[in-house]
Amino acid sequence: MELFINLTINGLATGMLIFLLAAGLTLIFGLMSVLNFAHGGLFAWGSYAGVWLYLLTNSFIAGIIGAIFIGILLGFITEKWIIQPVYGNHVQQILITLGFMIVLSELLKVIWGPNQIAVTPPAYLTGSWEIGNILIIKYRAFIIVVGLLMYGLIYYMLKHTKIGLIVRAGVINKEMVQSLGINIKRIFLYVFMAGAAMAALSGMLIAPYAGVIHGNMGMEYAILAFIVVVIGGMGNITGSILAATLVGIIGSFMAYYVPELSLAVNMLIMAVVLLFRPQGLFALKG
Amino acid sequence: MVAILETKNLGITFGTHQAVQDVSFSVEKNEFKSIIGPNGAGKTTLFNLLSGQLKPTKGEIYLKGQQITGSSVVERTRLGIGRSFQITNVFPNLTVLENVRLAVQSQAKLRYQAFTHYRSYQKFEEKALHWLHVALLDHKENTLAINLAHGEKRKLEMAMLLALEPELLLLDEPTAGMSLEDVPAILQVIKKIKEEGDKTILLIEHKMDMIMDLSDRIMVLFNGKLLAEGTPREIMDNELVQSAYLGGLYDEFTSQS
Repeated sequence: MELFINLTINGLATGMLIFLLAAGLTLIFGLMSVLNFAHGGLFAWGSYAGVWLYLLTNSFIAGIIGAIFIGILLGFITEKWIIQPVYGNHVQQILITLGFMIVLSELLKVIWGPNQIAVTPPAYLTGSWEIGNILIIKYRAFIIVVGLLMYGLIYYMLKHTKIGLIVRAGVINKEMVQSLGINIKRIFLYVFMAGAAMAALSGMLIAPYAGVIHGNMGMEYAILAFIVVVIGGMGNITGSILAATLVGIIGSFMAYYVPELSLAVNMLIMAVVLLFRPQGLFALKG
Repeated sequence: MVAILETKNLGITFGTHQAVQDVSFSVEKNEFKSIIGPNGAGKTTLFNLLSGQLKPTKGEIYLKGQQITGSSVVERTRLGIGRSFQITNVFPNLTVLENVRLAVQSQAKLRYQAFTHYRSYQKFEEKALHWLHVALLDHKENTLAINLAHGEKRKLEMAMLLALEPELLLLDEPTAGMSLEDVPAILQVIKKIKEEGDKTILLIEHKMDMIMDLSDRIMVLFNGKLLAEGTPREIMDNELVQSAYLGGLYDEFTSQS
């Protein structure tokens, strides 16, 4: 029982981190059908920049703010100069964003060196609570709370703000949104920057959780995020958080019982979903 | 009277086919003008030229005296041209109210403001409800658009079009694909818009009784050319128009040109 709960909490925490990464990705694809392979690079940059600031100032909050700031900045640059020239062309998008991803990863090594950097949570998030026989690690609980809060925030923005309505309508039919006189490219830039900020936040949060950060972490987690986007349905935030939780929990149990298969199982779920429901489990588009 | 819309020798050629040739006309402010003509006469093509979906190969278009021949669809929407399509265009997975609210907030030019002030948001909803009322869609606001009947979808489309508050409405067969029971309702909506008296309307229709009833003036398009223009009475009595609809004119008219 204790093991079961621990594995579940662990899986939930991982799921939330993947969700933060996938949330931007799914809206970016849903809105402008842009395939962004550089998303993992933004995630890794958020991680490195945030950790650097955290270790420098000894303030975890400063690290989080720094990560979000660098995410927004890199998001702006990526959208303006990398994505915009290749709107509507998937092959070019794959090539240029994959290339940019490599550039981002290598630049990390140039600036912060090729070695792994060890990170520990701040004192107030270290340790655990003991409820009966069950140990709940504080930092994991913290990640779950942040993930749920972010989901609540995105959900509220989509449902109850003007830009949210435009985004939801754009996911359904962007040509028609334009015919109403709305400049959807401008909206897309904002969505991209918000997505990049969430990816960077995820990167920062994952650092003390994993204990170390390294230059290739972007690719590793971006794959999981892509799986989540496919399972959850393009452009669907609720689908993304459910799929991310599923992938996180399955990954956590598999890593304990059959560690060799933990990534393969996620791939397998994606393959099955693609076979029987190619639009994703919770798709909005038919 | 001021012409709100004017075309000069407007024409478009696809390959060797002249879909619209030398069409010059003007529409006065608050006028209700209909365009009739047999299938393939170039009515929808003419609309595409006016709304900016197509660029003319010849001639000019003026809106309120300003040349708009090269302007994009978005620019023309902002200048006050609103257009409905033969095919229904709504967002299926948004509610009826959200569909209209999107148009309302676009019109309000508050497009890029992420965090809304509570009261302005409420004002948008009120406005959206007003347009739903005009389009006879009361009590449907929380239905998903996908669950509306076809006739209701066309009404919703009309509400969205009205929400953009265009000065010039281009209506392309608003009753197309509608069941007979639904036609009177959409007719009522159009009449209501006309009675408010602050819109200029260009209408393409095949239902002659509807056209005779609504129009101030009628233009007849035939083979891409403007065949006749006049009041409903004049058009009814026009022999050229009669033969265009009854046949026989085709050879004569084309051999002339």
